[in-house]
Amino acid sequence: MIASFTLPSPTGMSVPFDTDFLTDMRRDLLRFARLQLRDDALAEDVVQEALAGALAGGREFAGRSALKTWVFAILRNKIVDAIRERSRSINVSALSVEEEAMDETFDSLFKPNAHWQPDEAPAAWGDPEAALGQEQFWAVFEACLEHLPANTARVFMMREFLEFDTDEVCTELAISTSNCHVILHRARTGLRRCLERSWFANGGASC
Amino acid sequence: MLTCKEVTHLLSEGQDRKLTVAERVRMEMHLLICDGCSNFSRQMNFLRKACRRYVESLPSGEKKQP
Repeated sequence: MIASFTLPSPTGMSVPFDTDFLTDMRRDLLRFARLQLRDDALAEDVVQEALAGALAGGREFAGRSALKTWVFAILRNKIVDAIRERSRSINVSALSVEEEAMDETFDSLFKPNAHWQPDEAPAAWGDPEAALGQEQFWAVFEACLEHLPANTARVFMMREFLEFDTDEVCTELAISTSNCHVILHRARTGLRRCLERSWFANGGASC
Repeated sequence: MLTCKEVTHLLSEGQDRKLTVAERVRMEMHLLICDGCSNFSRQMNFLRKACRRYVESLPSGEKKQP
């Protein structure tokens, strides 16, 4: 059904969005939604809504990338709505076993005086910018994001991917500012450690 | 003097709120003498950059170009 959509171009010519393009786009949208919502059925729903919203508006697109940018913009709003909705029924501040384990791991990096253990002090990552150009790095990056506990991930992604101010994140999720800072710190230190172990400690992928 | 653990919190919070002058001064003094925290600081900046790049690349599906 989606595959049969054609959209008018600014010149009035019809630009066909073929099955492959739409299938690929839908897959990308789903991956992004799943990463943040951690709920396959909900992710399917928001992606469907975003696609329907983009195609129903009677808006004209200059081409594929314009359509995709627009759909992603709609999707981000739909994800925010879904997170907002969900935050009414779950307690984002409640610590899961995974989150407690992350805190214990982080604490274990320090001596009793709260300075780094000699073996655990963060080492230089060489030229991390180079990693940004490597396909395999992004696979590791996504795997590390998936590895974060759900609530920690949700707060972090609202801040970093949906680019909310920290105050807005706290308000939307009904958590205190200080707790928001604690959760973001947990997410960042967890991601840092995951990237270090999975990528930078090995000097990156050989290619 | 700030502990390394405190510095990691300030470095993270520095991405979310404006640190006070006093916090900044104490943190910078610590970073001058602490390699571990200096690396941590650079890694936090890298993380922010990677997240931005990740989101920007989604519509195009192409991460290799900024």
